[in-house]
Amino acid sequence: MTTDGKTLGKVRPHQTQNEALLFEKSAPGKRAYKMPPLDVPAVDAKSALGAAFRTDSPGLPELSEIEIIRHFTRLSTWNYAIDLGMYPLGSCTMKYNPRVNEAVSRIEGLAEAHPYRPDSLAQGILEVIALLQRCLIEITGMDAITLQPAAGAHGEFTGILLVRAWHESQGNPRRKILIPDSAHGTNPATAAICGYAVENLKSNAEGGIDLDALERQVDDETAALMLTNPSTIGVFESQIHKIADILHAKGALLYMDGANMNALVGKARPGDFGVDVMHLNLHKTFSTPHGGGGPGSGPVACKAFLEPFLPTPVLVRTPNDANRPAPVSWENLNDDPPPPGGSVPMFRAPASPLTSVGSLDVERGALAWDYDRPQSVGRVRAFYGNTGMFIRALAYILANGPDGLRQTTEDAVLNANYIRNKLEDLYELPYKTPSMHEVVFSDKRQAALGVKTGDIAKRLIDYGFHPYTVSFPLIVHGALMIEPTESESLEELDLFIAAMRSIAKEVEESPDVVKSAPHSTRISRLDEVQAARKPILRWKLKQ
Amino acid sequence: MRYLPKSPDERKKMLAEIGAKSIDDLFAVIPAEYRVTRDLDVPRQQAESEIVDYFRCAADRNATGYASFLGAGAYRHYRPVIIDSLVQRGEFLTSYTPYQAEITQGTLQAIFEFQTMIAELTGMDVANASMYDGSTGAAEAVMMAVRVTGRHKAVVAATVHPEYREVLATYAKHQGLPSTLVTYNKETGRVDLDALEQAVTEETAAVLVQSPNFFGIIEDIPAIAAIAHAKGALLIVSIAEAISLGVVRPPIEADIVSMEAQSFGVALSYGGPYCGVIAAKEQFLRQMPGRLVGQTVDGCGNRGFVLTLATREQHIRREKATSNICTNQALVALMATIFLAVYGKEGIRELAEHNLAKAAYAAKALAAQPGAKLLFSGAPRFHEFVLATAEAPSQWAPRLIEEKIVGGLDLSRWYPELGNATLWCATEVVTREQIDRAARVLAAGLVEA
Repeated sequence: MTTDGKTLGKVRPHQTQNEALLFEKSAPGKRAYKMPPLDVPAVDAKSALGAAFRTDSPGLPELSEIEIIRHFTRLSTWNYAIDLGMYPLGSCTMKYNPRVNEAVSRIEGLAEAHPYRPDSLAQGILEVIALLQRCLIEITGMDAITLQPAAGAHGEFTGILLVRAWHESQGNPRRKILIPDSAHGTNPATAAICGYAVENLKSNAEGGIDLDALERQVDDETAALMLTNPSTIGVFESQIHKIADILHAKGALLYMDGANMNALVGKARPGDFGVDVMHLNLHKTFSTPHGGGGPGSGPVACKAFLEPFLPTPVLVRTPNDANRPAPVSWENLNDDPPPPGGSVPMFRAPASPLTSVGSLDVERGALAWDYDRPQSVGRVRAFYGNTGMFIRALAYILANGPDGLRQTTEDAVLNANYIRNKLEDLYELPYKTPSMHEVVFSDKRQAALGVKTGDIAKRLIDYGFHPYTVSFPLIVHGALMIEPTESESLEELDLFIAAMRSIAKEVEESPDVVKSAPHSTRISRLDEVQAARKPILRWKLKQ
Repeated sequence: MRYLPKSPDERKKMLAEIGAKSIDDLFAVIPAEYRVTRDLDVPRQQAESEIVDYFRCAADRNATGYASFLGAGAYRHYRPVIIDSLVQRGEFLTSYTPYQAEITQGTLQAIFEFQTMIAELTGMDVANASMYDGSTGAAEAVMMAVRVTGRHKAVVAATVHPEYREVLATYAKHQGLPSTLVTYNKETGRVDLDALEQAVTEETAAVLVQSPNFFGIIEDIPAIAAIAHAKGALLIVSIAEAISLGVVRPPIEADIVSMEAQSFGVALSYGGPYCGVIAAKEQFLRQMPGRLVGQTVDGCGNRGFVLTLATREQHIRREKATSNICTNQALVALMATIFLAVYGKEGIRELAEHNLAKAAYAAKALAAQPGAKLLFSGAPRFHEFVLATAEAPSQWAPRLIEEKIVGGLDLSRWYPELGNATLWCATEVVTREQIDRAARVLAAGLVEA
């Protein structure tokens, strides 16, 4: 084994191995665009702009269209992706991204809607948003929701602002937020930017919340506990109601990080077990694509008492206008049989009115944005959020229906438990508590032989899998955090298990093979120390 | 359940192998009173054809086929076809944050190219891998200036996008970061430099301006920078219309640039997802929020790219991080990178010149109508302008809509002092015929009135 392809005389085919940077491929005079003829008089930019005129040209590349297509197509082949195989990154919920989501998000009337078009010309997209809100409220068991936050961490920020605003309305914003040591790094970072002191809460022997410690640490200055449930070790907090009771008794709130909702949808609702406010990650649970690290979307759902504090604007249904035509067939809310020759109605009668906030008329009126929200925490983002992601998430919910959502959760949990069962003889299981949608092992046995979780992860690449999440959560030393999601077939799971078992054997027989992995990739392990010590963050001519 | 790759028999087999009698065994840890035993009240499972129908109907209920003069931080430009061809490749679409560099070089190299292009366009030394959007990017830039200077006050121009200012207020509120609003010159629509000079003190961490500003006017960046720097404050320039940089001098005197790159090939999509990005002078690099991609080598000396300087970020630093931001807008940044590769060095200028020409024509045509007047006409502007009308916008807007034209944005919500003022935008996709028609409809009403 060697990482040096050159010494073996291995040819590096240029299509897959040696794609230069765009700037290195550029040559003056090459074009990939053509502007149409200008139908108005040209303006001399220099005289129109005066001192504000740009005299230099930005150093952008000059290329033809075929070169651009090949460039990015070649780059794409250097990526691993869900479309290629299992991507068991714990906590990231790398599930299948349905292609109909992409198709419908690009329908012209939705994709080209300007955010400031009058509400009267945006009723279609507003109906989409209203239906998604209603579905998410039902799934979480909460009372109200905002879709404005752009990502999970942004949702946390919004959620904690709601907590703070509510405490302020009670006369004291309070001083601290409790965060378990198993939490995502975004939790403490969020509490800090919301002006709260962070107090760590040590996990108990099962990796869950230590009720005695919680009881001791919650006081009159505790604003909230930020809890991930199931926790980052994939365990449901079975004492969740007691946790909520302890907090509520002291006037503190329960915030839930919804990163792991893929274990709960259709099976349990945070609103039912005492959560006051939570965020969702549409890019995890609701199948919108991760896209190499974004865009995400982080809706925040809350109980009714927090609703007045939601960011502006809030979607409302205006009282019904007698002159307004009856609801059109595309979203017929009745469960009537289809008219002869007509289409099948889509939705059953809702159990609750469609209004986002429960404060308005049950009659179906037009949808509008309400900016008059005196108690609001303010805006967290321009416009209304990552609308393109709302469309995709709703398409996913529609494709599943109540039965599909439940089966999805069951399969996700079944897959994780299957992996646990097939690997726990070879890998240390630090917490024996039942797993939900992910399982966390430690590298204890392998580390004794000098091989760490990061090495095993890199070796997985050689077997054709994306690594699991490495070294997180922090409460497990040398963690291997595996979340298969529901999207893996039995065949793919068995291949993954076989790979993990084979690596465990390699660790015993030839640890160096594992420690120097990956061996099959275009490049070997990169020098991260050099990257950070003398950062090169952009290309420069004559570099 | 077409997304689930298991047969009923396989599920049974798996349950048997792990020693569970039924799937319910695996959920037994959830207290019974919290288990959902009914169907969720969501729409029934839909066929793919029904889903497509549903969204087509929704799109039809949105108005389509309208000419639009809306801008104000969200701009309609032509999107080259290859953008969607390339970003829908599963290898980009369904990949995660490139933490495992060996198998994510595609995303990493593309982001490195994005960072380079943004630095080139803005005249800054370095740019990050993208932020959520322009509004949160501007707020994060102010927080960054607070960390750099150790000061805790901000001065913000009233000509910064009002929603950006609202977002900044939300972010700043709980960080002990008061901000002073600086008004604009009523003649030029630019930041009032005298007022700015008075507002900036030795306690000011940053001056935040936007250029082109919310009225479409290009600010006098060198003069503003001199005022900020004289007191040791940083200058942050927010750019909501990135295409302006094709013809407008980059804000090289700024310390930090926060840009919304939506104009670079990103669909309007009713407000998002868009693509913020922060660029800055190199000396402030370690206080930058968000992800950064850096160049390095592998064991054999091959060039490669990695996420770097992660010690700034939340997953390492937790509550001491520069920001709580985790995701960026990688796929949207990829769209921008492809867009900029298509237009390139010459195209970005030509494209910007077309925008300049359309807006100049539109401003002239609309302002020529009786009762209409161009505000701030003396200052240089890009592709937006403020029109004052004798009639209130609520009077003439419905007439335009009847003719399938969405006119300028009513500014009274944010700038009541301007009276019947509206903000119009004409990009390269607006035609002369549409402009002439809008002018005729506007005039017709005015004469009748």
